[in-house]
Amino acid sequence: MSKPIIINIQDIGHRVIESIFRLGRASRFFLLLLLKSGMSLRRFDLVIRELYFTGVLSLIIILISGLFVGMVLGLQGYETLQKYGAESAIGALVALSLVRELGPVVAALLFASRAGSAITAEIGLMKTTEQLEAMGMMAVDPIARVVAPRFWAGVISMPFLAAIFSAVGVFGGYLVAVVLVGVDDGSFWSQMQSMVDFRYDIVNGIIKSCIFGVAVTAVAVFEGYDAVPTAQGVSGATTRTVVTSSLVILGLDFILTSFMFRGVS
Amino acid sequence: MQRTMMDLWVGLFVMAGIGALLMLALKIGNLGTYSTAQSYTLVGNFENIGGLKIRAPVKSAGVVVGRVLDIQFSVETFDAVVTMQLDNRYKFPKDTFASILTAGLLGEQYVGLAAGGDEAPLKNGDKIMKTNSAIVLEDIIGQFLFNKASENSTSKSGGKE
Amino acid sequence: MLTDTLIEIKELSFSYGNRAILKGINLTVPRGKVVAIMGGSGCGKTTLLRLIGGSVTPSSGHVMLAGQAVHKLNRNDLFLMRRKISMLFQFGALFTDLSVFENVAFQIREHTNFPESIIRDLVLMKLHAVGLRGAHNLMPAELSGGMARRVALARSIALDPMLVMYDEPFTGLDPISLSVIGNLIRRLTDALGMTSILVTHDVQESLKIADYIYFISEGVIAAHGTPAEVRSSISPFVHQFVHGEENGPVPFHYPSGTYAGDLSLGNNFV
Repeated sequence: MSKPIIINIQDIGHRVIESIFRLGRASRFFLLLLLKSGMSLRRFDLVIRELYFTGVLSLIIILISGLFVGMVLGLQGYETLQKYGAESAIGALVALSLVRELGPVVAALLFASRAGSAITAEIGLMKTTEQLEAMGMMAVDPIARVVAPRFWAGVISMPFLAAIFSAVGVFGGYLVAVVLVGVDDGSFWSQMQSMVDFRYDIVNGIIKSCIFGVAVTAVAVFEGYDAVPTAQGVSGATTRTVVTSSLVILGLDFILTSFMFRGVS
Repeated sequence: MQRTMMDLWVGLFVMAGIGALLMLALKIGNLGTYSTAQSYTLVGNFENIGGLKIRAPVKSAGVVVGRVLDIQFSVETFDAVVTMQLDNRYKFPKDTFASILTAGLLGEQYVGLAAGGDEAPLKNGDKIMKTNSAIVLEDIIGQFLFNKASENSTSKSGGKE
Repeated sequence: MLTDTLIEIKELSFSYGNRAILKGINLTVPRGKVVAIMGGSGCGKTTLLRLIGGSVTPSSGHVMLAGQAVHKLNRNDLFLMRRKISMLFQFGALFTDLSVFENVAFQIREHTNFPESIIRDLVLMKLHAVGLRGAHNLMPAELSGGMARRVALARSIALDPMLVMYDEPFTGLDPISLSVIGNLIRRLTDALGMTSILVTHDVQESLKIADYIYFISEGVIAAHGTPAEVRSSISPFVHQFVHGEENGPVPFHYPSGTYAGDLSLGNNFV
């Protein structure tokens, strides 16, 4: 009777210890990654290549999602605001929601599932097929040659993707509110401009997306590099990338928001 | 061949990203209108600022002319010192009247400037001498109830006599 | 004829955690020869190559490569040493995101500043040597197993290494591709004056191309000799291995309790 319970407790303990080990490995890996990033900045063509795979190929999903999120915001916001006769504030509502929260967060979530999982799968497969070890035997450091360019490409593309998401979202909100529902064009923009502050809202949004970019790509490259070199190991690592980075994004977002937007407006 | 196509796409991507950032900055964030280079600050002491917050608009005749930069409590005069950042294009006379107003019944509070007739304009760092505090809803309600109560009591007492 | 020694391995032991893989290996590899290391699956042959390449550290003993103890090198010296050796992995380990040409050019690009025209000539020469000059535009996914192995071979000789290690180069190849690879290893070793270490369990092919053969069993060298000596060996282990017999010194069964005990016979009959 008591045997399964003991096994469970052992299992929990084992998992806790294992996750502490993983955290240690991850920190060491991240430090190595930063130390060895010099090469990818010197050979920027490697980063450009990865920018194509992480940034350009994520554009479609970012554009479409941004447009729809903006349109839904416009519709829902109008429904609520018109009850208070404040439908002219729809522009401000759409822009503030997008620039502060939805732009960075939703773009990062999409980025994690589109580009993050691809990075993990690619690095994991390279490990499984001994490509990383082969590279090491050729006296080329795989962290510098394979991991660092992918990491920096992700870090660079994230703020751009978030900005594109927000801009397209505002356009989507404009489409619904002004073109479809008939809110006044001028008050849409003027309310938006009087409510949105460059430094507090937009710069903070960009800072958020930069931090999310670092977090998502760091998780993705680590999971790939640390994957068990089997087909199952890589698929597990890919899933973990999406789950872990989504949770990290939402957790970080709460922390960052409470730092950035405390006490103002 | 494939290489140049990739470079082209990445170039387009970066351009789109920068374009989006510029749009956020200029079209949505309205950057440039209130940058420090083109603005000057004014200070005003208010007995009560109500719910005024940093970054609240400063309006004159309904037009946004600046923003509240800072709010401090003065231990010398025991009132609120509100620092406002105004656009350089808008100059106000020395005897301008500043009051804290509310947009709509429950809307956000802002500083309203009513221009006076003085020839000399307010300069950077000047103090607005004539201010009017925020109307605090509780005070009005309190006053209203107090008036009602005193009315009632006088009418009641009048009835007894 | 006196041949000088390229690799000397002394009392080399290695274990993963508590599991001892190698228990005191002694072997030498002379310069310019093809040496085959044979043994059953999972006997630590690949680990031996990793020890020579310096990607794992021995628990005791040492590997001397060209007079240097590999595990005592610091990171920079290790990477300098690795430029002079190369390794052919079991399934080629070609970089799947690069074309055949770029795969072969990879090391040249990483380690030299040669102009593009020289890189092109070098790569086409190496590809010509393995008979795949015409395939330089293909991606690794478009190659057959044998072709991929040949490209990997071209890649491993790109910088004219002094030592090439082959990890199971014959696995999963048809008989024609297999003998093509075998002949290439022999020919390239002689033509480029390099040294080859061949880890394999393909007996017939290695008897054909190797100069000297070591057998590893249970973490130690069980037998060694030239192909002629191996063929005529009376050692029961070598005999079992060379002729592929099921029973002999290498048992068929993994160590276990008694069969009857595992099937709980006896308990049922009480």
